[in-house]
Amino acid sequence: MSLMDYTDQWLSVVQPQISQGSSWLADLRQGAVEQFATQGLPHARLENWKYTDVKALAKREFVLPKNAATQADALVAETSLALDGIRLVFVNGLFSAAHSQLDALPKGANVLPLADNANVAKTLLGQVAAANFSGFTALNLAAWQDGVVIDLAANTVVEMPIYLQFVSTEHTDACLIQPRILIKAGVYAQATVVEHFAGAEEAANFTNVVTEVDLADGAQITHYKLQQESVHQYHIASLHVQQQRDSRFTSHNICLGGKLARQDIQVELNAEGAEVNLNGLYLGNGRQHLDNHTLVNHNAPHTNSNEDYKGILNDRSRGVFNGRVVVHKNAQKIEAHQSNGNLLLSDKAEIDTKPELEIYADDVKCSHGSTTGQLDENALFALRSRGLDEAMARGLLTLAFANEVIDRIEIPAVHDRIELAVAGRLPEKFNLKGLV
Amino acid sequence: MANQEEMEQLVRREYKQGFVTDIESDTVLPGLNEEVIRFISAKKEEPQWMLDWRLAAFEQWKQMEEPQWAHVHYPAIDFQAISYYSAPKSSDDKPKSLDEVDPKLLETYEKLGIPLHERAALAGVAMDMVFDSVSVTTTFKEKLGEAGVIFCSISEAIREYPDLVRQYLGSVVPVTDNFYAALNCAVFSDGSFVYVPKGVKCPMELSTYFRINAANTGQFERTLIICAEGAQVSYLEGCTAPMRDENQLHAAVVELVALEDANIKYSTVQNWYPGDEEGKGGIYNFVTKRGECRGDNSKISWTQVETGSAVTWKYPSCVLKGKNSVGEFYSVAVTNNMQQADTGTKMIHIGEGSRSTIISKGISAGRSDQSYRGLVKVLPSAKGARNFTQCDSLLIGDQCGAHTFPYQEIANSTAQIEHEATTSKIGEDQLFYCRQRGIAEEDAVNMIVNGFCKDVFKELPMEFAVEAEALLSVSLEGAVG
Repeated sequence: MSLMDYTDQWLSVVQPQISQGSSWLADLRQGAVEQFATQGLPHARLENWKYTDVKALAKREFVLPKNAATQADALVAETSLALDGIRLVFVNGLFSAAHSQLDALPKGANVLPLADNANVAKTLLGQVAAANFSGFTALNLAAWQDGVVIDLAANTVVEMPIYLQFVSTEHTDACLIQPRILIKAGVYAQATVVEHFAGAEEAANFTNVVTEVDLADGAQITHYKLQQESVHQYHIASLHVQQQRDSRFTSHNICLGGKLARQDIQVELNAEGAEVNLNGLYLGNGRQHLDNHTLVNHNAPHTNSNEDYKGILNDRSRGVFNGRVVVHKNAQKIEAHQSNGNLLLSDKAEIDTKPELEIYADDVKCSHGSTTGQLDENALFALRSRGLDEAMARGLLTLAFANEVIDRIEIPAVHDRIELAVAGRLPEKFNLKGLV
Repeated sequence: MANQEEMEQLVRREYKQGFVTDIESDTVLPGLNEEVIRFISAKKEEPQWMLDWRLAAFEQWKQMEEPQWAHVHYPAIDFQAISYYSAPKSSDDKPKSLDEVDPKLLETYEKLGIPLHERAALAGVAMDMVFDSVSVTTTFKEKLGEAGVIFCSISEAIREYPDLVRQYLGSVVPVTDNFYAALNCAVFSDGSFVYVPKGVKCPMELSTYFRINAANTGQFERTLIICAEGAQVSYLEGCTAPMRDENQLHAAVVELVALEDANIKYSTVQNWYPGDEEGKGGIYNFVTKRGECRGDNSKISWTQVETGSAVTWKYPSCVLKGKNSVGEFYSVAVTNNMQQADTGTKMIHIGEGSRSTIISKGISAGRSDQSYRGLVKVLPSAKGARNFTQCDSLLIGDQCGAHTFPYQEIANSTAQIEHEATTSKIGEDQLFYCRQRGIAEEDAVNMIVNGFCKDVFKELPMEFAVEAEALLSVSLEGAVG
């Protein structure tokens, strides 16, 4: 069977959701249904999905989640980051008002759960993320159930991070969880948004999330994507960003969970002075398959991009990294730098990496580098000579490798939590307990 | 449909006539079918097994699709509009020395600026001349014979050394490898065959000049080089082509086999007609080149200077099977005007301790488009594999494109893989420095570009390096100012 054969099955699962909402929304959803019906789920013959086969996922049966917030108190508390301020909690993708906290918002900032406030998002939904980006994006637009809309008026500065906590529960029938997150930052507005996905250890749901970010002139958004779902969970996500003049977008993408996890990041630098920084870490254990695809389009002159992704692959895990930078015609005076480093901790692990540069302008400074290799023997020797045993020395250096990415996290509570989580996921023989 | 059948019948009839009445005439009518393949095979007096092999390849080819993944654009090729065989007039009684060569041929060589006799004598280089598709003269055969080296046209090898050819032909690039390789298997006209026996270091550099001459004929060479245990050879391939207005298809296949401790160095200077400034004409160069390091400690090194062709699609590759085997790829690619090139290499690490180096320098000018596409693959068996890749692109003018698509697939934790790439334009400071010392802008650019390519040029044999530098300035003519 080809992947197209599963299209109807998927559409029948999401059928009840398609007609939800007012007429403009129903029309938008219907268009996406048609898009999904022609496109289907991505197959491995597509260059962008060459290393990630979603056939096993396509075959699985999922149901739409029902509200389970009341049974999830312990799980929400357990997985929560210690962040004060604005918090929206979603249990299996559905907003839970009881767990959330929306009081601390400054004037000019509007942060609302999406399902009940869809009309606020009329001019935002589907504006940055094209429905045909992949079958998954189309499926999300056709049948998202809930999500968030963050609308910042001009010059609004939100000091505290806006924390979006997504909790996935263990469920007899695996759920199809489809959140939609919309962020619009007006002229010179500033905010930090934390998207955090976690859940029960045995949760085996499918998260398919789409995030759209629109930055006006001079706006600054720092975006955290912390993916710590269970190793039985499927996680497909795409983050779409468009940037106007002098805006700055910073992404921290930490990918630790998921049986199969795929994150796409697409950034459009549309006017002079726009800058994007992409920071990423993926750590695979067991049979995890972790795929990160980033695409930066330099559509205007004087735009900059920086990217640093690091991967650690253990056991039989497989990592995929594809970083694509495109400098379009007449987009002169560009600086674009990209690097990708990988550590393989096991002979059964695999990394497939492809840093791509596509350049159609001449006055540019572009570079990319990619390495896969071992720890520095000299550094190892230095630690050994100070009395550390080999396993621990290797463990520390491996953690230090990850820390190059983690240390760029500016929120202390997030930084510490992620460092701990990474240390905890490294092989036990490294014996890092008590060192972090 | 009916029309096509009629056409095919017509074509077939013409071939029959051509076959019976005019065995001397040597360009078959355009079109590709079994009859054409039978004709080519008969012309070359090939044994039955060879014909069967070609026909099987043709069957495979019919079921294959043209690859679309390369970053190049060109109008669809009508494979039935190409003539698949063309040979010089006097192919049937081959000349024994230059004096016997058709003076018209010699004249053409002169026009191309290759003083064959001088070159052969001075440089000590044996030439297996391929003029269009059939080799017409081979020099220094005796000297090579003394060393036990076989260097002849592939047609001759099929007749004289069928066991060797049968053993190795298609063993590195299988018939079904890709669309153009399959086409080549079906219709290859000629090419070179080299066998260096055990422990022999080939006493001279071997060289073949390929030339495309007759208009409208595809050129399908087949080269097979085998280096037995501990043997060494350096092989040079250089190409030029006269001006043509119609696109010509070139789909060569080169196979290299290195057994234990063997060492093969393969150098190419490719300067086929790139088309005019508007992109009219020019050669389509869709080449499959692959070497296999079968034995331990063997080494294969590719060096290429690509300045010609309208569209290039070429990935000289190494399959590193042997323990501690070594693969190298040094490349300079220059595109100007409307040229398009998608080129790079594949290094497949299978053997323990295998090492590879990739140095690729791309220069795009005018409205050309160039891509480096490479694959470094490390299999779980390749313990301690090592790769270093560096791809640099230089952009001259704001209408051109330079792209890098490096694939890395690593499945061994002890492998060490590094990739670096940069893209920039010629440094204003460097240019200013040269101009300030009275060097004309165009000369300054040439100087800087040559410096940029130095890492690759130093890998070329001396006389090739000189030629390559000259080629570079010719190729970039008009790109500046």
